[in-house]
Amino acid sequence: MNDGLTDLYQEVILDHSRHPRNFGPSENADRSARGNNPLCGDRVTVFLNLDGDEISDAQFDARGCAISLASASMMTEMIKGKSIEEAKALFEKFYALVTGENGLEAGPDLAELETLSGVKDFPTRIKCATLAWQAMVAALDGTDEDVKTE
Amino acid sequence: MATNAIVTPAFDVERVRQDFPILSEEVYGKPLVYFDSGASAQKPRAVIDAISNVYETEYANVHRGVHYMSQKATDAMEAARETVRAFINARDIREVIFVRGATEGINLVASSWGRQNLLAGDEIILSVLEHHSNIVPWQLIAEQTGAVLKVVPVSDDGALDMNAYADLMSDKTKMVAITHVSNALGTIAPVEEIIRIAHERGVPVLLDGCQAAPHMALDMQALDVDFYVFSGHKIYGPSGIGVLYGKAELLEAMPPYHGGGEMIDVVTFEKTTYADLPFKFEAGTPHISGIIGMGAGIEYINALGLENIAAHEHELLEYGTTKLSEINSLKIIGTAPEKTAILSFVLETVHPHDVGTILDREGIAVRTGHHCAQPIMDRFDIAATIRASIGMYNTRDEIDVLVAGLGRVQEIFGR
Repeated sequence: MNDGLTDLYQEVILDHSRHPRNFGPSENADRSARGNNPLCGDRVTVFLNLDGDEISDAQFDARGCAISLASASMMTEMIKGKSIEEAKALFEKFYALVTGENGLEAGPDLAELETLSGVKDFPTRIKCATLAWQAMVAALDGTDEDVKTE
Repeated sequence: MATNAIVTPAFDVERVRQDFPILSEEVYGKPLVYFDSGASAQKPRAVIDAISNVYETEYANVHRGVHYMSQKATDAMEAARETVRAFINARDIREVIFVRGATEGINLVASSWGRQNLLAGDEIILSVLEHHSNIVPWQLIAEQTGAVLKVVPVSDDGALDMNAYADLMSDKTKMVAITHVSNALGTIAPVEEIIRIAHERGVPVLLDGCQAAPHMALDMQALDVDFYVFSGHKIYGPSGIGVLYGKAELLEAMPPYHGGGEMIDVVTFEKTTYADLPFKFEAGTPHISGIIGMGAGIEYINALGLENIAAHEHELLEYGTTKLSEINSLKIIGTAPEKTAILSFVLETVHPHDVGTILDREGIAVRTGHHCAQPIMDRFDIAATIRASIGMYNTRDEIDVLVAGLGRVQEIFGR
């Protein structure tokens, strides 16, 4: 049955959602930001440690669906060791991947994040995949206000 | 009894389904299975036709010009007001105010009645079951007046804690605003007792009837309720129209909510006198086709018989409760003894959104999320539920499709 569901819920995604990496609140983060999805009540908080311009550690705490947990979990793995600039650029590419927007190159350096590409066929779920990323950017920018999905 | 009597079923769901054109639509190549009537009900042909008929044969502005079409539209709209009055057994058509929906009705009462009657320290009693539309308007007026909100809790099955309600009632209580039926759980509140206890202290009661009006007979005079609101789109009529019922003596004492045309008697720049009820609260050109369409929805319900509809839905509730209870790892949220046909549930290991997406691909429309009732979600320490809300056109077969869909969820997440 090809209804996109097995593309959306790939095993690696289920694995990340069941065993999220870098999961739980952080006591000593340099930066943190919360994301809320007012439509569904899902919440995520992203915690970052910075060493100069480099993200030395990333953690998250959340309640949410498989897509949002997997996306947040993969994100924390991917941005560790990256510069602020690189992390933001990665979000741009990830955003292009999950929205399927023309004109934006998804790029080969997305690695495991590629498994979330199935989201583009489920428009109502894009915000699930991007919420943690928006919180990450807000944490880097030092925004005080909670991030909300549009 | 004659032996050859023909037994006609009180309610023939297959015939009812034929009245709803959208039910023959397909979703991802599968028949639409619509279990989201609690959010908004689908429309029967009678309502769709009534709305087009307005624009094709009887449309003009109402309560204005002397011309033929204006009179025809006015007559049709006012006939719908009488249909609503009879539907809820109000004493007088002056007590039937047309609003955009239940939300506007509650805002009207909170704002107009509240500004006139609430002082700092006064208390408004709500319940933890409330939809945000019966919380936020009261918070807004509380901020302006210094009034305080008090919240009736529920027990673990989702039934209101009536002892706590009686304890919350005090000399400071000025209003009780409670949902008749919970949209998230289906719990039916013991409204007669709620009203009796409030009236012992002379406190008025507003009931949010959005989830009650499609499923049970309403009688404003027998209930002796002070304000009652419901929305047209949940009783198989169009969206953007609803009803505020209020006792005439309360409505007469309240200041207007919106100012404009139709709600006036005489206007000069020095002073304006207001029109009589119901027009005092109906500023501006109303949703004419919506009102007539809502009237057609009520007539459609009346023709089938609300008791027959309720019996059919209750049978599906029992069948669905049994079938869902057989699923391991599924927990029904809201098991009060008195409830309407709402099946709200969670799965142990799969988030409601993921369930909703998978069911959607099976053609099944359910609501997933907090149902605009975050306090009751917090009460059960969950972020969201999956809600299958049953309407008059649902069938046992559709419950089976839902159960099979949940099997697909477990298959995908069981890998």
